[in-house]
Amino acid sequence: MSDDNQVKGPLPAVPYIKGAGTDDPYLEGMACGGCGAVFLGERTTCSKCGGRDTLAAKRLAHTGKLYSYSIVFRSFPGIEVPYISAIVDLDGGGTVKGNLIGIEPDPANLSFDMPVDVIFDDALGRKDKEGNSYISYFFKPAA
Amino acid sequence: MSDVYVVGVDMIKFGRFPDKTVPQLGAQAALMALDDAGLQIQDMQALYCGNLGQASGMVGQRVLQEIGQTGMAVVNCANACATGATAFREAWMSIKAGVFDCVLAVGVEQMGKGLLGGAGGATGIPKEGLLGSGTMPAVFAEAGMEHARHHGTTFEQFAKVSVKNHHHSTMNPKAMYQIETPLETVMNAEMISYPNTKLMCSVNVDGSAAAVLVSEKKAKELGMKRAVRVKASVLTSDPYSDRDLVMPDVNSVTRIAAKQAYEMAGIGPSDLNLVELHDCFATAEILHYENLGLCADGEAGRMIDEGETALGGRIPVNVSGGLLSKGHPLGATGIANIYELCTHLRGEAGARQVENARFGLAHVIGLGSACGIHILEKVA
Repeated sequence: MSDDNQVKGPLPAVPYIKGAGTDDPYLEGMACGGCGAVFLGERTTCSKCGGRDTLAAKRLAHTGKLYSYSIVFRSFPGIEVPYISAIVDLDGGGTVKGNLIGIEPDPANLSFDMPVDVIFDDALGRKDKEGNSYISYFFKPAA
Repeated sequence: MSDVYVVGVDMIKFGRFPDKTVPQLGAQAALMALDDAGLQIQDMQALYCGNLGQASGMVGQRVLQEIGQTGMAVVNCANACATGATAFREAWMSIKAGVFDCVLAVGVEQMGKGLLGGAGGATGIPKEGLLGSGTMPAVFAEAGMEHARHHGTTFEQFAKVSVKNHHHSTMNPKAMYQIETPLETVMNAEMISYPNTKLMCSVNVDGSAAAVLVSEKKAKELGMKRAVRVKASVLTSDPYSDRDLVMPDVNSVTRIAAKQAYEMAGIGPSDLNLVELHDCFATAEILHYENLGLCADGEAGRMIDEGETALGGRIPVNVSGGLLSKGHPLGATGIANIYELCTHLRGEAGARQVENARFGLAHVIGLGSACGIHILEKVA
């Protein structure tokens, strides 16, 4: 890993995925010490209370509940449909949007507040212009 | 401070005009509004021009290059789908501030077909379809499903919005589509993003609308016969709410705008005779019944079931056909709503006329987010 010529490990699909390529990937948020708001991605100012330098990194949970969703049937070329676009409230704070997988995309199978796990896997085979692979997060119905 | 009046307003029939340019479409509506006011371009002191697709393209100046280069001030406005209302509001504000007496507001858009939103992937890999969907049908479907989780709203209830608005548009000669769509047709149409089927998505069309706004002093000089009073003009951005940055919150931004608008106009929702609200998707209309205070929270499903928002109902919503059927050329919609309200307040809406219309409310949402609300009053 210190050798510049070595192939890079998979990159995080978004900056708030930490530990990509290790055995401990996780989602990271930033929590405001002033008002408790939780954000995804780095920032130094809280847009809820205006607090400056009140934010600290917070490791987000691997579990959560389904808050809302849609089932996408029509998308851009190359994107496999149908899939479930899910809004998940993570236990302990933070809300994240992602694909809910491992369940047939039918409203009859989904219920609000159903418990889900956060898992990490290859980003559907997508690679960037340099040919790098990426790690993404997905949701799966809790075991 | 005295009131501001609309003395001329019009829109082109929405459609697809690939042989026209954006400034040509804008100029068309501008001339129609000027004719409606009985005024010339030389009488205008400023132009506020709303367009999204060419937001950095000096569309306002290019409109004047079509119809009258008088050297007037031009501001090009962009606020996503609230662009037209923003242009109208800026015109209003310039008169309220006493800077101008007579101002033109134009909204114009030329759109391709296909999905809106879901871009992003400038760095790394595209996220659409990987981290959920950022397309507009999906975003507004998620917002609708949030309403379902709180209030048990059904796919059928959302679909009824399309039935109603498509029916209304059969009475609007300016609408892009004028086709009845029974409930089964709406629900069985191609599913785009559950629960929004193709007939529950607003139509991408080309269109333009324009309004001439004047000060009270100027309105009295011109004669008040067809003038319409602007009782409220409000613009808000998305206030902090817990999920807003991940799941855009169109409710909070509308609620604070509605409260301000009712206060400014000195009326309540029960005083309204008609509403043109932002039915970018059928799911959105249901949310806005409650967001605009047309009913209590949780009552929107009942409202659509009982026909309260149909022409002839307690509070007609989107009798123009709405964005769903009239069409949604992004920059023009905010002023097309004003045209619809004025037409009813002037008693000129023909088959779709809301009887004894005195107060109308126009509402738009631009995702990202902005909310523009105007309340107009018939001049007695």
